[in-house]
Amino acid sequence: MEKTVNHKAWFLVLPVLILVAFSAVIPLMTVVNYSVQDTFGNNQFFWAGLEWFEELLASERLHNALGRQIMFSAIILAIEVPLGIFVALNMPKKGFWASLCLVLMALPLLIPWNVVGTIWQIFGRVDIGLLGYTLDKLGISYNYTQDAFAAWATVVVMDVWHWTSLVALLAYAGLQSIPDAYYQAAKIDQASRWKVFRYIELPKMAGVLLIAILLRFMDSFMIYTEPFVVTGGGPGNATTFLSIDLVKMALGQFDLGPAAAFSLMYFLVILLISWVFYTVMTNLDKRDGV
Amino acid sequence: MADVSVNNSARSFALPKVKGSAIVMGLYLLFLLLPIYWLVNMSLKTNEEILSTFSLWPQNLTFANYATILTDPSWYMGYVNSLIYVVLNTVISIAVALPAAYAFSRYTFLGDKHLFFWLLTNRMAPPAVFALPFFQLYSSVGLFDTHIAVALAHCLFNVPLAVWILEGFMRGVPKEIDETAYIDGYGFGRFFVKIFMPLIASGIGVAAFFCFMFSWVELLLSRTLTSVNAKPIAATMTRTVSASGLDWGVLAAAGVLTIVPGALVIYFVRNYIAKGFALGRV
Repeated sequence: MEKTVNHKAWFLVLPVLILVAFSAVIPLMTVVNYSVQDTFGNNQFFWAGLEWFEELLASERLHNALGRQIMFSAIILAIEVPLGIFVALNMPKKGFWASLCLVLMALPLLIPWNVVGTIWQIFGRVDIGLLGYTLDKLGISYNYTQDAFAAWATVVVMDVWHWTSLVALLAYAGLQSIPDAYYQAAKIDQASRWKVFRYIELPKMAGVLLIAILLRFMDSFMIYTEPFVVTGGGPGNATTFLSIDLVKMALGQFDLGPAAAFSLMYFLVILLISWVFYTVMTNLDKRDGV
Repeated sequence: MADVSVNNSARSFALPKVKGSAIVMGLYLLFLLLPIYWLVNMSLKTNEEILSTFSLWPQNLTFANYATILTDPSWYMGYVNSLIYVVLNTVISIAVALPAAYAFSRYTFLGDKHLFFWLLTNRMAPPAVFALPFFQLYSSVGLFDTHIAVALAHCLFNVPLAVWILEGFMRGVPKEIDETAYIDGYGFGRFFVKIFMPLIASGIGVAAFFCFMFSWVELLLSRTLTSVNAKPIAATMTRTVSASGLDWGVLAAAGVLTIVPGALVIYFVRNYIAKGFALGRV
């Protein structure tokens, strides 16, 4: 759509600007402020310059947490995106069953995150949980509070359970927008199922899939509540992701300076990666002429 | 139906394919519902039964766990608090996002692209980064432990999302409608409320749904910003777990009750849900 140049449109954006400035810029400035100062309590602050940043960049703790975080995001994206597409391809197209599937699939998305954690915490327990009990009876040793691998598996399966539906629903929306004529043309050309998927369905889903990957990346990169409830970041530090580590530092140990520096770097990493996604997405939008 | 018929001609297993997809969906839904079923199952048992016998359904059906929650104000006020700030947040987010989304969808103006991305960055900001500064900010202006504090804090990620979704829906409305309305003598306010908003009603519904959803499920900020008077149900749950230790039945019942509002909301927007999740961009 042709857009008109109109600088007065700023007035329409103003309420959003004021609100978000209040709830984002002011707190963010506090963070910046802390990140360059040191305190010995009593609200006395001393200029520390870039000390915290240097210390953090060299710290083993941050590197490990970042490594775990990247691994976690990569694993869940690698599982959720293909699985979500696969589920979307198998969803009923219309009628009662389609509505039922939509409602049931959206259900995990609306459960408060700590309840999601609680559900899996219970589900995986060897004594009272269905999953833990079954695995135990099958002779598989499984204990997510003791064994790092079991903890990881639980957290990953929980995230797949929680969020695959989001990818599936997005992909489904993309599929719904494909006109029947495309399929009829493919039928005339005797296209195989794979070719239909590769040359019709996948390109049509590209835009929404990018949104799905962007949302899933952002949210998995700042995941806090669910793994915290299930494993508390343990065993040891095995499932201590960036947010968990940050909250430990800021609210647990009250190390304001390092925590603030940590926050800023954390935010920058997310910004950088999201910017790449966003640029690709807007270019796609332009190409499709939406 | 179309892709089924494509298969039909390409290969000869059209019928098994239909059944195959039903099996896939069945397995997937089973995977989704089993943990939820287990929670419901536990909420209907007594603690003795949970800990002593392992059964797939309650042997002695009891609603005592639900009764505990629904008769104790310190429990059920959690739900009331959560609902208050979620509704407040939804109303505020939609109200400010509507004009902004209109501006983004209709006009180019100085710095619009940067502004849009800057808004989105707030959706990308980890709540953990903001927990401590929010606590200090709202304490210093005397809003700590109020519903409005949590509602405003959640605007951080809900306003950008609402702008994003609404902009997607508004793009689908032809600009000629605006122009015709202006020629007919409508002022901006009257046009927006009387003509434009009904046109994007489904978009507003979807945006409201998402604001509701993300505000309802968030815990870190709502827990940090409240202590007693506005304590959300999710935080009430965590406290009780650590304090009383092993009251699994009540915990499960509380969990089940947090799922109910979400399920109700989904039911109302079920027909728009797919488009909504694509943020109006299909």
